[in-house]
Amino acid sequence: MMGEVSPTHYMMLSAVLFMIGVFGVVTRRNIIIIFMSIELILNAVNINLIAFSLQWDNSVGQVFALFVIAVAAAEAAVGLGIILALYRNKETINIDEMNVMKW
Amino acid sequence: MTSGLITFYAVGALIVVFALLVVTSRNTVHSILYLVADFLAVALLYATMNSMFVATIQILVYAGGIVVLYLFVVMLVKQKSESELASDPRRRNVIGGILVAAVLGELVVLGVSNAISPAAPSVNAPGGVENVAMALFTDYLIPFEVVSILLLVAMVGAIILARREI
Repeated sequence: MMGEVSPTHYMMLSAVLFMIGVFGVVTRRNIIIIFMSIELILNAVNINLIAFSLQWDNSVGQVFALFVIAVAAAEAAVGLGIILALYRNKETINIDEMNVMKW
Repeated sequence: MTSGLITFYAVGALIVVFALLVVTSRNTVHSILYLVADFLAVALLYATMNSMFVATIQILVYAGGIVVLYLFVVMLVKQKSESELASDPRRRNVIGGILVAAVLGELVVLGVSNAISPAAPSVNAPGGVENVAMALFTDYLIPFEVVSILLLVAMVGAIILARREI
């Protein structure tokens, strides 16, 4: 069914994807790119959930992956609304210039 | 090396390369296009893991919905460095024609192969739609309804946040 691919393979791939997302979050200054990196991180989580669903022959992992996708959609909608509101007030999408809550 | 392992490494390499391109690309629109490719590669990985339903939802929600939101926001906010994306109309027509031809060709191939050997996938396979639906609508019915409320709240919140007055 799945050849010689073990859950370890999927976990390694998921960890790599997660770290690429973290790399994007900490190195980029464009808030839209940071949001996309967060989507990559959520995708890494989903890969793990489905790998274990496959390993234990249990559908619950896929159900939770669907929940994660729904929450990611809600997060993207609200987050992009916040970005639009911020842009209208501050005329920037660079997170270094979004410092009104810093003191 | 088995065929499953070769498939895994090929799809995994696609996922990693596109993810790296997402976080390193200078142009935000290019970054979003790489993100679409990455989501499609992850959906391919789900398909190889016998999770057809999640793969379909991944394509519908991520590649079809969320990415369109990102594109709208990128077009609404002004970038520091303006990019010239296919300003030449002839080049645009060529790219559009290639895309249309690819989709039509795929449909023809699918129709022919389906006519030759119609294969109905079993919904009872492990990870099939039936098992997922059974778990989703019995044990996890209340979380499912909570997620629908969450989506409603997020929709109202996004509309209010994107209004002119804030």
